[in-house]
Amino acid sequence: MNKTFNQKAWYFVIPVFVLVAFNAVVPLMTVVNYSFQETFGSNVFAWEGTRWFKQILHSERFHASLGRQFIFTFIILLIQLPLGIAIALTMPKKGWGVPVCLILMSMPLLIPWNVVGAMWNIFALPDIGFLGNSLNSLGFDYNFTQQSGDAWFTTILMDVWHWTSLVVLLSYAGLNSIQPAYYQAAEIDGASRWDVFRYIELPKMKKVLTLAILLRFMDSFMIYTEPFVLTGGGPGNATNFLSLDLVKMALGQFDLGPAAAMSLIYFLIVLLICWVFYSLMMKDEGRK
Amino acid sequence: MKKIKWAVPTFYIIFLMLPIYWLLNMSFKSTTEIINVYSLWPQDFTLDNYKTIFTDSTWYMGYVNSIMYTVFNTIISVSAALPAAYAFSRYKFLGDKHLFFWLLTNRMAPPAVFALPFFQFYSSVNLFDTHIAIALSHCLFNIPLAVWILEGFMSAVPKELDETAYVDGYSFTKFFFKIFIPTIAAGIGITMFFCFMFSWVELLLAKTLTATIAKPIAAIMTRTSSTSGYELGLLAAAGSLTILPGAVVIYFVRNYIAKGFAMGRV
Repeated sequence: MNKTFNQKAWYFVIPVFVLVAFNAVVPLMTVVNYSFQETFGSNVFAWEGTRWFKQILHSERFHASLGRQFIFTFIILLIQLPLGIAIALTMPKKGWGVPVCLILMSMPLLIPWNVVGAMWNIFALPDIGFLGNSLNSLGFDYNFTQQSGDAWFTTILMDVWHWTSLVVLLSYAGLNSIQPAYYQAAEIDGASRWDVFRYIELPKMKKVLTLAILLRFMDSFMIYTEPFVLTGGGPGNATNFLSLDLVKMALGQFDLGPAAAMSLIYFLIVLLICWVFYSLMMKDEGRK
Repeated sequence: MKKIKWAVPTFYIIFLMLPIYWLLNMSFKSTTEIINVYSLWPQDFTLDNYKTIFTDSTWYMGYVNSIMYTVFNTIISVSAALPAAYAFSRYKFLGDKHLFFWLLTNRMAPPAVFALPFFQFYSSVNLFDTHIAIALSHCLFNIPLAVWILEGFMSAVPKELDETAYVDGYSFTKFFFKIFIPTIAAGIGITMFFCFMFSWVELLLAKTLTATIAKPIAAIMTRTSSTSGYELGLLAAAGSLTILPGAVVIYFVRNYIAKGFAMGRV
């Protein structure tokens, strides 16, 4: 759509600008403030320069939780994207199956995140949980509160349960926007099922899939509540992801300076990766 | 081939329903039964857990609090985002692209980063432990989201609609409320659904910003589980009840939900 140039449009944006700035600018400046200073309680501050940043960037603890975070996000994307696309492709396209699938699949998305954690906790408990009990009676030695491998398995399974539907719904919306004529043309040309997927469906889903990657990346990179309730970062530090570590440092130990520096580094990493995705997405949109 | 096709979504849905079933199963058992007897359905069916929640005000007020700030947030987010999304979808103005990306960056900010400064900030403006504080703090990620979804829906409405209305002598306000808003009603419904959803499921900020008066149900659950040594039955019942509002709103938007998740940009 060709838009007209109109500076008065700013008036429409003011309420949003004020509300978001109120929430974003002041707290963010507080974080920036802390990151350069040492606190001695009762509002006494001393300038520390970039000391906290250097400390965080060289700290093994930060490297470890950042590493865990990247591995987790990578596994999540690797499982959820193909699985989500596969489910969307096999979902019914019309009839009573559509609302049933949509409603049931959206359910996990609307459960408060700590309830998701608590639900999976009791579901996976080795003695009284269905998952834990079944795995153990099948002969696996499964205990997610003791063994880090099991903790990872449970956290990933929980996230797959919680968020795959988002990918399904996005892909389904993309598939629905394909005109039947495309499929008819493919049939006349004698295209195989794979060709239809590769040359018709995948290109048509490109936009929503970029969005899916963007959303899944952001949210899995910020994951806090679910693993906090499920494993609390344990056993040991096995599932101590970035947000968990950050909150432990800021609210648990009150190391405000290092925690603030870590927040900023954390935020910048998310921002950088999202900016790349966003640019790709917008470039694509501009071309059309 | 037809039969195999049904298998994938069916297995997926069974996988989705299993933990939910387990939660429901536990909510109808007493805590002693949960700990001592492993069974796939309640042996000694009881409604006591639910009775406790509906008679104890510290429990049921949690639901009231959660619903209150969620509704506040939905109203604030959508009414602020409507004009802004219109501006983004219809006009170019100085800094529009930067502003749009800046808005989105707030959706990208990890809530953990904001937990502590929010606590201090809302305490210093005397809003700590109020519903409005949580509603305002959730604007941080809900307004960008609302602007994004609404902009997608509005851009799909041809500009000729606006122009015809002006030719017909409509003023801007009259056009916006009488013609434009009814045209994108579905989009507004979807946006409200998303604001409700993200405000409902968020806990970190809601927990940080409250102490007693406005405490959300999700936070009450975590507190109870730690002090009285895991009252599992009660916990399961409280958890099961938090699924209900979500299930109700999904039902209303079921036909648009897929398009909504695509942010109206399919």
